[in-house]
Amino acid sequence: MSIILDKVNYCYSEGTAYQIQALKDINLEILDGQFIGIIGHTGSGKSTLTQLLNGLLKATSGNIYVDGKDIYDEDYNMRDLRNKVGLVFQYPDHQLFETTNFEDVCFGPKNQGLDRKEIELRAFEALRNVGFPEELYYQPPFDLSGGQKRRVAIAGVLAMKPDVLILDEPTAGLDPAGRDEILGLVARMHKELGITIILVSHSMEDVAKYVDRLIVMNQGEVMYDGAPKEVFPHYKELEAVGLAAPQVTYLMHELKEKGLDVNVNATTVKEAAEDILHALQ
Amino acid sequence: MSKDIEMGIIKADKLVHEFIRRDEEGNVESITTALDQVDLDVKEGQFIAILGHNGSGKSTLAKHINALLSPTEGSLWVDGMDVQEEENVIPVRRTAGMVFQNPDNQIIASVVEEDVGFGPENIGVPTDEIWERVAHSLAAVGMTKYRKHSPNKLSGGQKQRVAIAGVVAMEPKCIVFDEPTAMLDPNGRKEVISTAHELNRKKGVTILLITHYMEEVVDADYIYVMEKGQIVMQGTPREIFSRVEELKEHRLDVPQVTLVADELRKTGLDIPAGILTREELVDAIMRLR
Amino acid sequence: MIRDITIGQYYPAESAIHKLDPRVKLFSTLIYIIALFCFRGIAGFVIITAALAAVIKISKVPFKFMVKGLKAIVILLLITGVFNLLFTPGDITIWSWGPFKLTDAGISNAILMVLRLIYLILGTSLMTLTTTPNQLTDGLEKVLGPLNKIHVPVHAIAMMMSIALRFIPILIEETDKIMKAQMARGADFENGNLIQKARNMIPLLIPLFVSAFRRADDLAMAMEARCYSGGEGRTKMKPLTYDKKDYIAYILDSVFIVLVVAARVFVPFPM
Repeated sequence: MSIILDKVNYCYSEGTAYQIQALKDINLEILDGQFIGIIGHTGSGKSTLTQLLNGLLKATSGNIYVDGKDIYDEDYNMRDLRNKVGLVFQYPDHQLFETTNFEDVCFGPKNQGLDRKEIELRAFEALRNVGFPEELYYQPPFDLSGGQKRRVAIAGVLAMKPDVLILDEPTAGLDPAGRDEILGLVARMHKELGITIILVSHSMEDVAKYVDRLIVMNQGEVMYDGAPKEVFPHYKELEAVGLAAPQVTYLMHELKEKGLDVNVNATTVKEAAEDILHALQ
Repeated sequence: MSKDIEMGIIKADKLVHEFIRRDEEGNVESITTALDQVDLDVKEGQFIAILGHNGSGKSTLAKHINALLSPTEGSLWVDGMDVQEEENVIPVRRTAGMVFQNPDNQIIASVVEEDVGFGPENIGVPTDEIWERVAHSLAAVGMTKYRKHSPNKLSGGQKQRVAIAGVVAMEPKCIVFDEPTAMLDPNGRKEVISTAHELNRKKGVTILLITHYMEEVVDADYIYVMEKGQIVMQGTPREIFSRVEELKEHRLDVPQVTLVADELRKTGLDIPAGILTREELVDAIMRLR
Repeated sequence: MIRDITIGQYYPAESAIHKLDPRVKLFSTLIYIIALFCFRGIAGFVIITAALAAVIKISKVPFKFMVKGLKAIVILLLITGVFNLLFTPGDITIWSWGPFKLTDAGISNAILMVLRLIYLILGTSLMTLTTTPNQLTDGLEKVLGPLNKIHVPVHAIAMMMSIALRFIPILIEETDKIMKAQMARGADFENGNLIQKARNMIPLLIPLFVSAFRRADDLAMAMEARCYSGGEGRTKMKPLTYDKKDYIAYILDSVFIVLVVAARVFVPFPM
């Protein structure tokens, strides 16, 4: 399933003194099965963009085509869109409400009008896919740790069997261990379930090692769009807009400037260490 | 212990805190030991960092220093005052201020300057002096420009700086930062950490920074690492950062530069242990050529 | 949509109205409400309109911003209007169907009630727009101070109000986020009959309550940490003192109410 954005604009409080242009002429093509990271700091428009993709917000102008169909056509069914494009919001506390984790995951499929057997089947499958411990299935969601809550929240959307899964800052408020677990989980879901994943974050370092395409947003515009290796060389421009490239990128560039012949495109610790060794020999 | 013995501003001696959960009939259902025999000694004017992942007990420790929780066993003195004495509660809170994680949930007033004035109002500071303190504190955190604004329109980092100003206005000797950056984006995190350092440098305020981000503690004077309610590592940043394997075991996020240095060291290269910054690593590598 | 509610919000600006003592504003609002419900005749209406317009102008709050607040009560206005329109008995019946009657008195009643409501909202929101919640509660605390003697916890009530006002915008924003999070899971907050609608609110209300309690917990701790221990021994950053402009405002209030009453006595038509 592909999504095409054609000159999409979005304006908050249009026509008032408080008008804010959140998105400016966005053109994007999101292909089937991609693993995309959308990076930008607070207020860059990245959250607005995700809400446009599943129809929670409607673009002020421009078109969005999902599978070749214009989602703003009058006969287009927005429910279909939300079934196809799942969106997990930043804080799981904003969506957990049922008495048990299992029931909570059932909420989405229930709204899709499935029969009870299918609903439960999907809930089981989703909870298993996010690696949620079985002994907690019938516990209330409110006592869980931050990381486990996140898993239930992701399962709640996954159970709707979307083709595209968007995760808005899925690691906010987690500690490093919790963050690595969730990001690892997302990467595994991408591989095993074959769905398109869009990961929204403000941390390059976190996202870099997982995604195959980075979209950098700044002030409502797409600043860079490409593989991490293509984006990071612009580390100076990224820094100017308040985004830092991974430390390794800086390190390699500084070594290169001092005359050591290293590959500046290394993005992970391992690559960097190997490359420095190689250059020193 | 008497006050004239050389004692740090914060001293914990075998501090224990247990959370006891009871069922409806009042029977003990479970006991969680959040702090387990913690010893701590902080000298006035130091910048101390406490590292640990969620649930390691570091926030429970912070709440003791502000007398928001009381020890189950052991003792804790803040500026020589035993926190368990009822009459010390307010003096302890005036000595050790606290900045919390969620910026929204600690701002009481709807205008920045009124919030900063809230603490001084509570401790009975005369009106004229409140205004002076508010002006000072807002200047100290660089938020003077926003004094008439509503906190709701500020960014996370700015809100957190307002919260810091609110504590500074009470003129505490020590400020405990309880994961002040956990809900902020990278810009906000930088703002808050540099504000904390500035208060330490310029006003000599003792700082206790509690966090799970290792890169925020590089410039601390001394680091404690907590796990399961215990202090499992302590030392200067250089000592701590040189024990990479141990840090990984404690599920801490070792900065990439330190990791690269460690990888290189393991291959037998002559690189010093405990590399903290990029500049150090670049220098160390270039020296090998 | 839900963000548009302006009642209870503060609009920062430098104006004479903003600088007035909150007690004056409370008193003036009271006078204004009395005037709204006791005026009769076009002259009284004109006086009230002129006074309201003048105060809005002086307050520097954009009129557009105030009107936005009215959107939230459109339903209420419609219901009030329709009820008054159809159920008021009168001398001349223009149209009737079963229990419904459209009469001359009904029409004028409906217009009057809707106008009153609009004016009421505009006037009271003007007070909250120009007074910070803290000032407002300070004012209330001072005005209600004597009740302390009969053991009414005036300070605690005032503090609760000020905190409530500070958190209203935050909770509204949070409601918006929760709604979106549930809508992304296919929740439907718009369709269905009343019972279904009520049931559909559960996924919205539970996370909202859980979050509100957590905030309350955090806030209580933060206040304690800043040495809050009730009203005793507290000083004020902004103690309330009257100055010249406040006395002038009181005089204007008196002139205003005298004019409205005079208009009622001497020109009580056409209503």
